[in-house]
Amino acid sequence: MRGRVAYFGVFTALALIFSYVETLIPFHFGIPGMKLGLANIIIVLVLYRLGVKEAYLLSVVRVLLSGFLFGNYFSIIYSLAGGILSLSAMALLKRNGGFSVMGVSIAGGVFHNIGQLAVAMLVVETFSVVYYVPVLLVAGMFTGLLIGIAANEMLKRLVNLNE
Amino acid sequence: MKTGLKKKDWVLIMIIICVAWLTVLVHIFIGGKGANRVIVKIEGAIQDTYNLSEEGEYEINGGTNVLLIRNGKASMLEADCPDQLCVHQKPIALNRESIICLPNKVVVEIESGTSREFDAVTR
Repeated sequence: MRGRVAYFGVFTALALIFSYVETLIPFHFGIPGMKLGLANIIIVLVLYRLGVKEAYLLSVVRVLLSGFLFGNYFSIIYSLAGGILSLSAMALLKRNGGFSVMGVSIAGGVFHNIGQLAVAMLVVETFSVVYYVPVLLVAGMFTGLLIGIAANEMLKRLVNLNE
Repeated sequence: MKTGLKKKDWVLIMIIICVAWLTVLVHIFIGGKGANRVIVKIEGAIQDTYNLSEEGEYEINGGTNVLLIRNGKASMLEADCPDQLCVHQKPIALNRESIICLPNKVVVEIESGTSREFDAVTR
């Protein structure tokens, strides 16, 4: 595929814009760490169109950049744990086969929340955050599904990217 | 309407819902009534204990956070962190519920008197 680096740059920029848009949405459900995860659309897109390695690279680059721009030191560790775990789950399901883009994205959303929860548990050294597991699981599922639908529609329209 | 979801997707969704329900059941089983204490932990160490039935505002962690206890519920009134996640959190009242301020490593936890004894025995 020609222009791999250029595509990667475009996707990185897009993911950053999505991260920024997300900071503008006042999303408070009374549960910490619950987000829509708009940038995940791009991660799913890259996973399907460019490959696993690129998706990992984009994930890390995005978290670092958006962390420095809009977040803080804690949001970086938080998002990094969530992002890496989520991407690992997605890559696994995709390689496994039999899952649609939505299914892969659902797993991504759920594992993103699990990763963040695990970091929260380590940082504050308490198990009481386990209380949020059911809410975060279901929330991750729904946001994952929404992201999956969006990514699926985008993938349909980006078929000629591989040439 | 065609959803585009495959069979394995539905299996995944069912598994997630089942696990979520299971954790809810576990929580109902171990948690529940008799919660009367508000415990403030900083970096995992218990710093202060307040009574849930006594109303008041308390400065914790040397003034970085302000804890509010009102109507048998505890909530975070103020925090000096930028994202204010703990302040936006709902008030807590049930056993083992918690409010966490990650930047300051502050945990506010609800506990019942009996579960503390239980902890002491198992340790």
